[in-house]
Amino acid sequence: MKAAEDSIVTTAVDEFLAWGKEHSLFYLLFATACCGIELMQTGGPRYDVDRLGMIPRATPRQSDLMIVAGTITHKMASRVRTLWEQMTEPRWVVSMGSCANSGGPFSKWSYSVLNGVDKYIPVDVYIPGCPPRPEALIDGVMALRERVRRYRTLGIRDRDPYVVAGHEAPFGSHPGKEREATR
Amino acid sequence: MSSDLLIENQHGERMRLSMGPQHPATHGVLRLLIDSDGEVVSRAVPDQGYLHRAIEKIGECVEWAQFVPYTDRIDYVCAMNANLAYCVAVEALLNSDPATAVRVPRRAECLRVIVAELNRISSHLIAVGAMAMDLGAYTPFLHGLAQREAVNDIFEKLCGQRLTYNYVTIGGVAFDLYPGAEQEIASFLDRFEEEFRRFNQLITNNRIFRERCAGVAPVSAEEAIAWGLVGPNLRASGVDWDIRRDEPYGIYGELGVRVPVGRGYAGARGRVGDCYDRYVVRLLEIEESVRLIREALRLLPPKADKPSDPLGGHQADVGKQLRKPPRGEVRVRTEAPRGEMGYVIVSDGGKQPYRVRCRTGSFSAVGIFEHLMRGIFLADIVTIIGSFDIVVPEIDR
Ligand code: SF4
Repeated sequence: MKAAEDSIVTTAVDEFLAWGKEHSLFYLLFATACCGIELMQTGGPRYDVDRLGMIPRATPRQSDLMIVAGTITHKMASRVRTLWEQMTEPRWVVSMGSCANSGGPFSKWSYSVLNGVDKYIPVDVYIPGCPPRPEALIDGVMALRERVRRYRTLGIRDRDPYVVAGHEAPFGSHPGKEREATR
Repeated sequence: MSSDLLIENQHGERMRLSMGPQHPATHGVLRLLIDSDGEVVSRAVPDQGYLHRAIEKIGECVEWAQFVPYTDRIDYVCAMNANLAYCVAVEALLNSDPATAVRVPRRAECLRVIVAELNRISSHLIAVGAMAMDLGAYTPFLHGLAQREAVNDIFEKLCGQRLTYNYVTIGGVAFDLYPGAEQEIASFLDRFEEEFRRFNQLITNNRIFRERCAGVAPVSAEEAIAWGLVGPNLRASGVDWDIRRDEPYGIYGELGVRVPVGRGYAGARGRVGDCYDRYVVRLLEIEESVRLIREALRLLPPKADKPSDPLGGHQADVGKQLRKPPRGEVRVRTEAPRGEMGYVIVSDGGKQPYRVRCRTGSFSAVGIFEHLMRGIFLADIVTIIGSFDIVVPEIDR
C-alpha cells in the first residue's frame, strides 16, 4: 500500500483484501478439552484477543479461523472435518496444544484418540504445549497473520490448494499431507 | 442411537435438532438430540463419547505416580481437586498395610486444602460465569475470568502451570510455598471478596437473570438422591451432604466445613432445587472456600528444612512403597467442585495399578438431563446445562 498526498491510498486489490483478512480473523468457538479453557482465557480480559480483530463466532459459516483446541477423538474427527468444510474459503486452521498436534499425552496408550488433527484437516500453524500459554497462542496467531498477509485471493496463491478428500476420510489417510510443510 | 428416537409425526410440526457436539452452550463436546414441537421440547437425549480418551485404561499402563498428570485431564477446570482425589486414594491403599503406611506431613495437608479450595473458587467462577454467559450476560463471565487469572498466577508461581498442575503428589505436594505466598494468597482473598460483591450486584440480583432461572427444572431431594446427583447439584435440592464434612479426609475434619443448601432462593417463583438454587449454592460455596483457605493458612505449620518432616515438610518418602504396594482394593471419595470424585483402585502388588476407576459428578448430572428436559422450552435447555456445570471429559474420561 502506498500513501499519496491528502489521504489518497493506492493499493492492489489483492493486497487490500489480504490486509482486511489479516485484521479480522474471526475464529470459531470450538473447544473440546483442556486447551479450550486456555482459549477462553485468551479471549478474556487479560489477553483480550479482541484487540487483534479476533472475535469468536459460534458458527463455522461466519468464521475464517478454526483453532482446534483440545483432544480430537476418532468419534469427533469426522465432525471436525464437517465443521471445517462448512467454513468459507479462505479458511485457516491453528492446531493448539499437543493433543491436536500429535495426540499428546494420549498418543501412546489411548485407543480412541486421533494422533494429530492434521490427518483430517490441513493445519497452518501448530502450537506446542499442554496446554499452550495464552501468549503462545497469540504468538501462533501472529505467525498465521503473516501467512494470511501473503495470501492472494485473485492472483497466484502462494500456498497449495487444499486437498479435499472424502467426507469420512478413513483413519490413516492424510488429506493434509500434500500441503506444503507448515511453518 | 437415533433410530429409537423416531417418533410419529402426528402434528406435522415435529422437529429434530442436533445440538452439538460443537455448540458454545454445551460446554465442550456434549451432543443433545432434541425432539421439539415448536418451542416445546418433547425429548432430549444426551449423546456422549466425543471426548473419550481412555484415561482409565491408561491408568493400567503407567506407574502409580505417573497417573497423576492424567487426573489433571479428567477434570481440567479443577485439576488440583482431581489430583487430590487420586492421591488420597493411593494413600488409602498404602495405608491398608502397616508395612507401607505413609503419613502425609501436616504442612502438606494444609497446602492441599489451600490449593484445593483456591481451585474450587476458580472452578465455580467459570461455572457461574459460563452460566450467565449462556443466558446472554457476557460481562459477569469476564469478571469471573479476571479473578480466575489471579488464582492462575498464584498456581503458576507455585508449580509452573496455569491449568494442568500436577501439584498434589502421592504423599504430599510437589513444591513448598514460594517466598511471600501466604501474603499473596491472603491479599488475593481480600481483593476477591470485594470483587465478588460486585459480581453479585451485576448478575445474582439481576432481575432478568433471576426470572430466567427461577422455577426452571426443579429437582426434589428424593429425585436428586434417586438419580445419584452429587456435590452442589445435590445440595441445591436441599440435601445436606458434603464429603468434606461427613466423611472428612485430610484436615477437613478440623476445619468445620459449613454446608450451604438450596432453599428456593429465587423468591416467589422459585422452587427448591431449581436452576437458580444450583447457581446460588455455588456462590455460597465460594464464600465458604474463602473462609476455609484463611483457616488453613492460620493452621499452616512453619516450614521445616527436611521435605519429609512429619510436621513442616511437604512430601513424605513414598518411592519404596510405590514399587511394592499392598494388594487389595480401595474406594475413596472426595469432594470436588462438581461433586464427589471417587476412585476405585485395585492393586495386584505391582508397580502399576491393576485397575483405576473414577466416578465423577458430571457423569451423574448428565444422567438426569433426559428426565428434566421434557416439556420445557427450548431456551431452558441452555439454562439447565449451565446450571449443572458439566465438564465433558469428566463424563467421557
Ligand atoms: S494438549 Fe494437554 S491441555 Fe491441551 S487438550 Fe491435550 S491434554 Fe489437554
